[in-house]
Amino acid sequence: MHPVLYTVLQRLGLGLLTLFIVSIIIFSSIALLPGDFGQQVLGQAALPETVEAFRRELGLDKPAWLRYIDWIAAVLQGDLGTSFSGRASSGADASRSVWELVAPRLSNTLFLAGFTALIAVPLSLFLGITAALKRNSIYDRSVNAVTLTTISFPEFFLAYLLIVVLAGIFPTLSNVTPDMSLGDRILKIALPALTMTLVIVAHMMRMTRAALINLLASPYIEMAQLKGASRAKVIIKHALPNAWAPIATVIAFNLAYLVVGVVVVEVVFVYPGIGQLMVDSVSSRDIPVAQACALIFAATYILLNLMADVIGIVTNPRLLHPR
Amino acid sequence: MTEEPQSYSAAGEVGQVRLRRSYGERVWIALKKAPISAWFGMIVIAIYAFVAIFGPFLAPYGEAEVFAKADEPWTMFGGNPAHFFGTDQIGRDVLTRLIYGARNTIGIALVTTLLSFLIGGTLGLVAAINRSWLDQFLSRGVDVLMSIPSLIFALMLLSIFGSSIPSLVMIIAVLDSTRVFRLTRSVAANVVVMDYVEAARLRGEGIGWVMRKEILPNIMPPLVAEFGLRFSFVFLTIASLSFLGLGIQPPTADWGSMVRDGSRFIQFVAYDWTLALPSLLPAGAVALLTVAVNFVVDWFLHKTSGLRDDH
Repeated sequence: MHPVLYTVLQRLGLGLLTLFIVSIIIFSSIALLPGDFGQQVLGQAALPETVEAFRRELGLDKPAWLRYIDWIAAVLQGDLGTSFSGRASSGADASRSVWELVAPRLSNTLFLAGFTALIAVPLSLFLGITAALKRNSIYDRSVNAVTLTTISFPEFFLAYLLIVVLAGIFPTLSNVTPDMSLGDRILKIALPALTMTLVIVAHMMRMTRAALINLLASPYIEMAQLKGASRAKVIIKHALPNAWAPIATVIAFNLAYLVVGVVVVEVVFVYPGIGQLMVDSVSSRDIPVAQACALIFAATYILLNLMADVIGIVTNPRLLHPR
Repeated sequence: MTEEPQSYSAAGEVGQVRLRRSYGERVWIALKKAPISAWFGMIVIAIYAFVAIFGPFLAPYGEAEVFAKADEPWTMFGGNPAHFFGTDQIGRDVLTRLIYGARNTIGIALVTTLLSFLIGGTLGLVAAINRSWLDQFLSRGVDVLMSIPSLIFALMLLSIFGSSIPSLVMIIAVLDSTRVFRLTRSVAANVVVMDYVEAARLRGEGIGWVMRKEILPNIMPPLVAEFGLRFSFVFLTIASLSFLGLGIQPPTADWGSMVRDGSRFIQFVAYDWTLALPSLLPAGAVALLTVAVNFVVDWFLHKTSGLRDDH
């Protein structure tokens, strides 16, 4: 088998294994709940029969491994279970399916994250590459100093700073609704997108710069310069083939970071996304929703990192042209 | 071959002249060479530490003392001179809450970081020395834990255990110890193979002794730098969780929940920017400390590892 294919398959297998173990961890969290949460969810006044029915619905009368198989099979078919909220002690069941709660918010979050990535990735690659090429210049130093500062700021501080400065221009509440036009939506998410751009550009720019400087210091670049190749040729023909892997890693790492950073930013701007849903479900201890959100976040995170690895392997000249 | 006693030895001569500096003198020399950013960081950290330790003596009022008028502006923006930073939504003095918040937020973050170093450091050292199935087991376990974003994992665990301070400290410490484990294991792995460790084991020292007396002193600098970084990360995580309403719970004063409470009027900031101050002030306090810690760690890393400016 071609070494590239072999390594990629190996990496994919490892990624699937990780996903599998993570799903077990997330699933077993429900088993860690103290005491009888049927009583807790339904309230003190619930009849024993109602509690019993609720327990049977959750499958608590079955062994754990059987419950896991049922759960993962349902998840793979897109059924994430039923929310705990909306259950009454009388046994009346007004609860909604988790997917119904998650779906519209997931698309909102993806819209926000995608829009941020669209601005942040090109901007930070440009800043990182130019800073690495003009190393130790005033430009490099000032970009560096600014990014070191924004990196250490918590997201909510940056968000409120931006609100104070830009409140007159952009709306400070990002309460988007499904029937809004694209232009209105973009205006509404301008401030959260800008906050995340600031955080992520700082990380991404610094990592790109470090990776490139590492690369430009390697002997074969020096060799290419010494043999008289032009600057553009050195970068495009010699540096770039080896730079794809670190750059892909940087981008994927930061997109994964975006997935997490979105939680705080969504809460600041009251954006109806999945991060806010998770926070709400955690504070009301709505475990099925929290589990579903955690699963979505973890899967996105793992898949993005996996993608970076695969890109790194596929573009690696040493693997592409084995001796 | 025996050495002639009269023979000239340059090393010997230098050795005679060389002054033996005390530890304090060496620290002072290092400090004098520190850049302004590091000095700034150290001074800020010292002020925070002072406020955190002597908080109850500095604070003008009690931690949860309620006054008649809620939501008063700062003194300089026309508020009551008795409350320099005004009062919060139920009439507590903001300056007092800020001072007590330093104590609670920094204290909890410090305890969490120490605990995470205790767990991660010990397991990392054991894994580096042991190198058997235990090492494999721990390392793969850490790989899996690290593949879930830690804020998400913390949120999920908090939904199960509830938001009390002990569960907050335990959850974040365990999740953060994975990073400490990785670092400790990788730096200790280079020291474990040294001859003096082998000698210590051969003369029959126990694993605990080898860990403390032979390996730990040699991996201290990267661990100390990591401690600073982990502290600011843990501090930010706790502040973020409290901001989300899932961390430190009222009536305990802390900066994250102060930011949250202060943000009620945030949509009116376009008309009066001082309405952002109740959330900007504690958020700025958080930001200033993390910036200060980062500056000091940056300098310390340069000093101990001889790193140049290119990383």
